[in-house]
Amino acid sequence: MNLIMLLDMVAQADPDRIAVTTGDRSVSYGELLAMAHELAAGIGSAPVAAYLGENSPEAVALLFGASVAGVPYAPINYRWTDAQIAEALDRIAPLAVLADAGCASRVPDNDAVRHLTQVPGGSVDGAVPDEESPAVLLFTSGTTSAPKAAVLRNRHLVPYVLETIDFLNADPDEAILVSVPPYHIAAVSSVLTSVYSGRRMVQLITFDPDEWVRTVRSERVTQAMVVPTMLNRILDVVEADGLGLPHLRHLSYGGGRMPAQVVERAMALLPDLNLVNAYGLTETSSTITLLSPDDHRTAAASEDPAVRARLGSVGKALPSVEIEVRGPDGVVLPSGVAGEIFVRGDQVSGEYLSHTATEESGWYPTRDRGHLDADGFLFLDGRADDVIVRGGENLSPAEIEDRLAAHASVAECAVIGVPDAEWGERVEAFVVPAEGGAPDPEVLRGWVREALRSTKVPAAIHVVDELPYNETGKLLRRELRARLAVTA
Amino acid sequence: MKTGMRLASVTCATEVMVVRAADVALECGGAPMVEAGTDAAPAGAPASGLDAGTELGKRYVHAASGVQVLCVKPGAGTLSVAGEPLELVASKQLPSSD
Repeated sequence: MNLIMLLDMVAQADPDRIAVTTGDRSVSYGELLAMAHELAAGIGSAPVAAYLGENSPEAVALLFGASVAGVPYAPINYRWTDAQIAEALDRIAPLAVLADAGCASRVPDNDAVRHLTQVPGGSVDGAVPDEESPAVLLFTSGTTSAPKAAVLRNRHLVPYVLETIDFLNADPDEAILVSVPPYHIAAVSSVLTSVYSGRRMVQLITFDPDEWVRTVRSERVTQAMVVPTMLNRILDVVEADGLGLPHLRHLSYGGGRMPAQVVERAMALLPDLNLVNAYGLTETSSTITLLSPDDHRTAAASEDPAVRARLGSVGKALPSVEIEVRGPDGVVLPSGVAGEIFVRGDQVSGEYLSHTATEESGWYPTRDRGHLDADGFLFLDGRADDVIVRGGENLSPAEIEDRLAAHASVAECAVIGVPDAEWGERVEAFVVPAEGGAPDPEVLRGWVREALRSTKVPAAIHVVDELPYNETGKLLRRELRARLAVTA
Repeated sequence: MKTGMRLASVTCATEVMVVRAADVALECGGAPMVEAGTDAAPAGAPASGLDAGTELGKRYVHAASGVQVLCVKPGAGTLSVAGEPLELVASKQLPSSD
């Protein structure tokens, strides 16, 4: 099985069903399949089909068109600089690249990179990709190091769709709002599951909270996925106008740690909404753990602190996925003890163009730190590289951030390790004031000391207007570290 | 039979896509299926006992050979291999996460 077979089936069974809505433009499943073939004809003999641009029906069609041509689809981050784009394309060249109007001039001019154009009426009978064929090349977000090109094969992507989605089971009124950019793994997996279920995809070109809320209402969107930085801003809009989101039934969030306060706020403001927290990585073909709507409600209603804490977890492993937490010596740790998260399952790739990080036994080291509770709920502490080693003690920024964020004067915060002559590293924090709040560093230090050990109290707390995030909501700790390195 | 191939019933409207191929002959309603799009002569109604029908979007598996198909058009016949009916595969539906 390969990606194009998923679209083929839907387009044949119900060609007139709407597949993609972008602004005033709508494309049916039959038209999407035709576009995929016309783009495949444009790919020609190029071994990779790249996409450089914003969300568009063409981006969706090229994912499948690449499969028709028997080559991988490689969406490129259009927010990168021209130099970064050229470097990324160079690493996966030779290739044909489809660029949208805004990005066409940014495609580097060299022999290994060719502009891809749709061939009207075109079609190809390419080599049929098998399950081993690479289907998608996706650059990792690179928050801790330079982006790497992850390889996702048909066997990583297709079984998950077949096993968890019933073919064409979407109600005719179902619509999903896609607001993550095309180069994000959530956008790729969302296209695959939406297509197979026959769901209409409504594309938001770029995220803006007012536009998001307006589109959810006008397009009668029934489900959506957001990253953490989006949710609070959406809730601000909904709270201010009091009009709710009447058609929205499911909202999933992921792509970074979500403060429990934001989840509680969403549940209070939109009590009928089914919330899902999903945790996954590019290298694992997206979701590997889920906190279901029932898990949210059970946790919110519980008097048991251990159950209530699950609102801050990323839920349990999917039935097809195994998770274990290992210590520095590689030994599997019991529940309650934090270490590095390892994952295994059919959808786990862990393979890059340059090397594979997956062990022969199939386990992939996520480089994320966390722990499992007694019932298998996974709690994330952040990237393994973000752990602060102070005087030989490993400190998780997440625990300190959670405490700071719980203070009324704080809207957002970030905790990092700063090189220190005496301790190796010391803890420092950045806080963004809550509306009307005036965070006092001394008060906040006392607030942390009250709940946590004194070693976890930040040596310095910097009050800032905003924190640096990448466009998909990942906190850029390296920028904060660089900021302190400059001022030190 | 090849993965991705579409097979049609000659006894009813059923059409399936091969999700996992195996070296066996698939039947529907008791008669061998043919490659979809070929003009095979209809062979009457499904045989008695092999007329439980197929459901759109459901996967069916023949455990002994491993062959797995997905129903892309429903019909009145039962899918089988050498007269042995295929079993319905239950999907493990998850809350939508993306």
